[in-house]
Amino acid sequence: MLAKRIIPCLDVKNGRTVKGVNFDNLVDAGDPVELAARYYADGADELVLLDISATIEGRETFIEIVRSVAKTIAIPFTVGGGISSTEQAEKLIKAGADKVSINTAAIQEPRLIGELAEEFGSQCVVVAIDTMLTKKGWEVVSHAGTKPTGIMTVPWARTCELLGAGEILLTSHTSDGTREGYAIDITRKVSQTLRIPVIASGGAGQPAHFAEVLSKGMADAALAAGVFHYGLFSIAHVKEYLRKQNIAVRY
Amino acid sequence: MRKIKVGIVQYGAGNQASVINALEQIGAITMPVNVATDIDKVDKLIIPGVGHAGKAMAALRQTGLDSAICKSKIPLLGVCLGMQLLGRSSSEGNITCLEIADYDTVKFNVTLKVPHIGWNQVRLRENPLFHAIPDNEWFYFVHSYYIPNSKYSIAKCTYEVEFTAAVQLANFWGVQFHPEKSGKTGLRVLKNFIELCK
Repeated sequence: MLAKRIIPCLDVKNGRTVKGVNFDNLVDAGDPVELAARYYADGADELVLLDISATIEGRETFIEIVRSVAKTIAIPFTVGGGISSTEQAEKLIKAGADKVSINTAAIQEPRLIGELAEEFGSQCVVVAIDTMLTKKGWEVVSHAGTKPTGIMTVPWARTCELLGAGEILLTSHTSDGTREGYAIDITRKVSQTLRIPVIASGGAGQPAHFAEVLSKGMADAALAAGVFHYGLFSIAHVKEYLRKQNIAVRY
Repeated sequence: MRKIKVGIVQYGAGNQASVINALEQIGAITMPVNVATDIDKVDKLIIPGVGHAGKAMAALRQTGLDSAICKSKIPLLGVCLGMQLLGRSSSEGNITCLEIADYDTVKFNVTLKVPHIGWNQVRLRENPLFHAIPDNEWFYFVHSYYIPNSKYSIAKCTYEVEFTAAVQLANFWGVQFHPEKSGKTGLRVLKNFIELCK
């Protein structure tokens, strides 16, 4: 039986891990390489590193961090943030990433999904979808959650799958940073519609939230950042809780 | 103590950074194996596991590494696709493989999601490759093709169907999972491999 995965995520800006509420108000959360090592030791099933630097220097630093993290851990390693070409993806893969995650570029240029899949294999391509509950329903938002796109989440996720995405990383912008729980309904809808794994993200505040999104939300994996960075509870603690709920996890 | 030198078989595809990083984490050194004579310079061989079976075999034939690998007497570990290549044939590209063992690689035909991606539990038989690893440990898999169970199987896993998670035949070992991505347990498998027939 496949285990449900628990995935810590580090947002990296100019060489430091940062965390904000609803993508804003960033505060320092430590050295990414040290955090990665800690999460690896604590039983993380996978690690995601997102570059949110907007500068060229920041991007160069990010590649160095990817290289250091890859030498520190031995679990699947996804990187993303501002990737808009196969060349950029290749640099990160050569630095030690196993998968790349694309977001805004996939919306602007959907064929990039297919190009990446063709070049590196679908298993390497994660499409990150930021979604937000608007008057229209669950709408896709781009540019780190700042721009509503008018595209609805479920059909977009389906399109990504057809174009060659290997996994969907679905972040609810509505619940991100609130610690009030994942967006269960949209996660469930996307999971039910697709044949590829769905990683739920945004809103984790307690171990029960993980259990809820992995069972009711039908997610294959649950991602979290702040709760782990600030030590509200550990990955091992979440897994212990999930085991008691009879949810299959690696321990 | 002299460091063990592991040759990484090159076949023009795949990301090798992870396998190299993992081997360095356990204190081995690595060297790319591009041509047959490179094999004489290493203690162990690994065929890494990302790519397409048809393309990989074509590349190995072109460099002559195919027959050199078959004749090699040093311990070899095929990872994922690397294990599949040790067999007779693969339905990925309908090709003939190295024919070291007479198993065939077939595509998953299951109702579950394919590829089989993620951590799954493996039932281990006693083998030096699994020294100090408890039965039913979790390993990380990413694959759409699998090898049915055979006399070569030394570990099994289930994804709707039961399939081969590891094989051994003389100095050839293979694992369907990715030891380089399977955390400390995976590193232990690599360490065991490094320590084989030392």
